[in-house]
Amino acid sequence: MRTIIRMLAVLTIIGVISGGLLSQISIWSKPKIAAHRELETKNAIFQVLPEGKSFTKMETANLEVYSVFDDSGKLIGYAVPFEGNGFQGKIRMMAGLTSDLDKVTGLQVLEQVETPGLGTKIVEDPSQKEDPYWFPNQFKEVETQPMIGVVKNQKPVNKYDIQAITGATISSKAVVQIMNQGIQVLRKMDAEGKLNNAGGEK
Amino acid sequence: MSSKLSLYKEFTKGIWEQNTTFKQILGMCPVLAVTVSAINGLAMALATTFVLVFSSIIVAIVKKLIPDQVRIAAYILIIATFVTIVDMVMKASYPDLSKSLGPYIPLIVVNCVILGRQEAFASKNTVFRSFLDAVGMGAGVLFSLILLGAVRELFGSGTIFGIQLLPDFYEPMLVMILPAGAFITLGLMMGLFNQIALSNKEKQRKKTIEKYLSTKNSINDPVGV
Repeated sequence: MRTIIRMLAVLTIIGVISGGLLSQISIWSKPKIAAHRELETKNAIFQVLPEGKSFTKMETANLEVYSVFDDSGKLIGYAVPFEGNGFQGKIRMMAGLTSDLDKVTGLQVLEQVETPGLGTKIVEDPSQKEDPYWFPNQFKEVETQPMIGVVKNQKPVNKYDIQAITGATISSKAVVQIMNQGIQVLRKMDAEGKLNNAGGEK
Repeated sequence: MSSKLSLYKEFTKGIWEQNTTFKQILGMCPVLAVTVSAINGLAMALATTFVLVFSSIIVAIVKKLIPDQVRIAAYILIIATFVTIVDMVMKASYPDLSKSLGPYIPLIVVNCVILGRQEAFASKNTVFRSFLDAVGMGAGVLFSLILLGAVRELFGSGTIFGIQLLPDFYEPMLVMILPAGAFITLGLMMGLFNQIALSNKEKQRKKTIEKYLSTKNSINDPVGV
């Protein structure tokens, strides 16, 4: 009996001390972590919608949507963090869309765990940053009607097509599919009037 | 046995003789997973060392208070506290590094290097010895992780710590930054270190034989070995 009480007492004391210590550190670190995340989101939004000057966040049931405005306060588009499955794990990205949802203005992949050197070309390969056929650059000005498609080993002809990365077809297709799914959800919201209403609240 | 070692030996044994990666072969999961680059290896090793040193000190202090039946639970609690501290500090101050190490920082909780040292050393030795042992083991982890990370980064991306070392025409060997490269590098390293240890032993053996022979010769009684 005595050992049981001692066991309980020791574990409880260790737990309480550890909890107290951690909560103190958490108080210090939490605002910093939140600030990092916010900065990251902000940078990504202005990257995908370069003309944007300010944005407001819309909380909806299934998606976070950021309405982005230019200097005069006019709505120029939406920045939406999409998430979905890639080749090996989750891909999280920020997509910029025009206000009528018909064109993509830009794409930035925030998180991915694709195969290094192959699938990671959806974000890396800075040597080709200026190349219009560099994967994320292809999404600029791409049309979303009827939906974004993927072509292999050839330059895209249609305005809604993306050329897949050689050796990373699955990752390329995954990105496009995540985009298409996300845009579909947005369109549905738009049709129900949720998107514009929320955007107008500012 | 360990209490007979000199303090200096207590520290250095972790770097070479009982190196956790190459000799004890403990904590392989982070070793294989994070050594894609030298900087990742460095960060991982520093985090592991921090946790190892502080848990060892605490465990050595409170070892007499902890009942035997719950010692593992108590160790895990103590280790987890320090791991969470590292995780939070890293996320707050070095977000990029924490992102590239991903889940491997929280996973230090179950790294058997740390739990192993508590069970095998800190729970039986004085605070100061435990501290030396932890720092030594940490240095060993640091040495092996940086070495592995540097080799893999050099061949996999042509850089070390982000500084380009190999000329542009060198085509990076992709396999080195993939999991397969981790196994290949680790295997070759282990072979190399065993070879070094073996040849050291051989030298020692020859020395003893020579010494033996010379004493034998002096009394004129040659023995073939």
